[in-house]
Amino acid sequence: MRVLLRRFGVYLLTAWVAITANFFLPRLMPGNPIASLIGKLTGQVTPQEVRSIQLQFGVGLHSSIWQQYWTYWVNLFHGQLGTSITLSASVSSVLSSQIYWTLGLIGVATVLSFALGTALGAILGWTRGSRTDSLIPIATFFQATPYFFLGSVMVLVFANNLHWFPDLGAYDPNATPGWNWGFIASLFRYAQLPVISILLSSMAGWMLGMRNMMVTVIGEDFVLMAVAKGLPRRRVIWHAARNAVLPSVANFALAIGLLVSGALLVELVFNYPGVGNLLLNATLNEDYPLLQGIFLVITLTVLGANLIADVLYYWLDPRTRTPVAQ
Amino acid sequence: MKRLALPRSPKVIAGVIILGFFLVLMVIGPYIEPYNPSSPLFLQNLPPSSAHWLGTTELGQDVFSQLLDGARATMVVGLVAGLVATVLSIVVGVSAGYLGGKTDDTLSLASNVFLALPGLPLLIVIDSYLPVANRSNPFVIGGVIALTGWAWGARVLRAQTLSLRNRDFVEASRIIGEKRWRIMAVEIAPNLLPILASSLLFTVLYSIGAYTSLAYLGLTNTAVWNWGTMMYWAQANNALLANQWYWFVPPGICIALVGTSLALLNFGIDEFINPRLRAAGVRVRGPRRARARRPRLGMTPVVRETGATS
Repeated sequence: MRVLLRRFGVYLLTAWVAITANFFLPRLMPGNPIASLIGKLTGQVTPQEVRSIQLQFGVGLHSSIWQQYWTYWVNLFHGQLGTSITLSASVSSVLSSQIYWTLGLIGVATVLSFALGTALGAILGWTRGSRTDSLIPIATFFQATPYFFLGSVMVLVFANNLHWFPDLGAYDPNATPGWNWGFIASLFRYAQLPVISILLSSMAGWMLGMRNMMVTVIGEDFVLMAVAKGLPRRRVIWHAARNAVLPSVANFALAIGLLVSGALLVELVFNYPGVGNLLLNATLNEDYPLLQGIFLVITLTVLGANLIADVLYYWLDPRTRTPVAQ
Repeated sequence: MKRLALPRSPKVIAGVIILGFFLVLMVIGPYIEPYNPSSPLFLQNLPPSSAHWLGTTELGQDVFSQLLDGARATMVVGLVAGLVATVLSIVVGVSAGYLGGKTDDTLSLASNVFLALPGLPLLIVIDSYLPVANRSNPFVIGGVIALTGWAWGARVLRAQTLSLRNRDFVEASRIIGEKRWRIMAVEIAPNLLPILASSLLFTVLYSIGAYTSLAYLGLTNTAVWNWGTMMYWAQANNALLANQWYWFVPPGICIALVGTSLALLNFGIDEFINPRLRAAGVRVRGPRRARARRPRLGMTPVVRETGATS
């Protein structure tokens, strides 16, 4: 339990770093980005809106920076992330209306990519030195391909030319959103291509990691023992794979960050609603309050996913329950 | 220096050739481009032809020239960021692993925090506050990317240093009374080389990905050509829907090829560090190819060298 609590402490600290960076970055950046933003906005938006940006980013205020920092935290605990400049709505309401798309898309893609990649990696590791090894360079190529590029190519080939999948958007514009069969079916149909393109490029990492670990584990005595006992091959693979998967779970932190980053850009390619598209709008229009809100939400979500992976690891590997010096 | 010789597997050779090609392109690209990549000199949206190998853009710029020109910015930022991040990770990782105690706790905590922070979103936030003029400076942007990408290397290096610290040869030099920095630099560092190389390749790969992603979002100076910017303009002009594959496919393939070459080299290092992986690869060429599908358990010939780790 102590191990888990320590990880939780690290994540709390990470969240604090993210929030604090959000507060200090715009204030300390060279070139004073907020002042130049306000200069651009003057005359375009109402004085109240300009005032709210000034309040949020501490321009022309008489309070000290620590007082502002305190106010920032108080607002955060009340769920107030400021007002989006371009969308003229509160950042929290914009985010809460869009985040489900992203959570659904990336959540499904993450789980599938981990499960499929690990399973394939276990098989590749087991049949090492055979023809299946030729999959490795192919997987490497997919791993090195930016997700958004792979997504673009898939739109070009499978949607525009072959018409196997619908090209852009998240659901059929003719369907009425709600709990009806037509809408849910179209959701499913429109999500296929984005999920497949995230899957293809993210799966390779899990696969290669698992293969290498599997090759290492197969050399261990307990696997030889399992074979010597005459266990069926399927059970031996399962035996070895359960041990080989541990580093993959332990490295989840690194992978999930990369996966989420890549998947956000895939949303742009498919014009899929969600945080990725909000992010693009926010950066293009210098909508700093929205940008900060998005960064915060992404960070907290990734930390949550990490925590789940850690609990899983703790449950899978009894050795972690007795802390020893590394 | 037999220890440093990488296994000469086809993977490594292919990696060296591809990477070498793009490194040469990085140097000579802007000199051999047929036209000025930014000038709208031609008819718009031309398909590929002998005059324009990759057609022209919506503005009538030559895509092939942009591709050649973009090699430099993309590769330079990748290399700068990779180097800076690796130096950071050596400083943090090796000192954490070697000094131990409070220093280790603090530095490990810092790298764990940076590992958990999602890199690209942080990068986007920092980058969008940067003045536009700085966004095209490879050293500024490379430095910012390095800031989000050093943690992984630091963690791996720390673990390796930790396992080296208590080996006999380090103990011996401590007893002779060598200075701490000397032990770190002369005794420990050479044994970290394979891990260091692997972490450098990995970071360069990450940096090129991050840089092109930023450029694809339009967050770098869009008047300076790199492969991500090309795709940004292609996307902005709906090249996808107009079937202009020759506009956005080549830069993507280039990114993927550079990435693949780095990953292939990494395989070589992996096989060097973990001889079991190497043995698995060598076996294929053996006489028993017919039964290659059947696993041979526990018979991997491994010569345990003192420097080898699992």
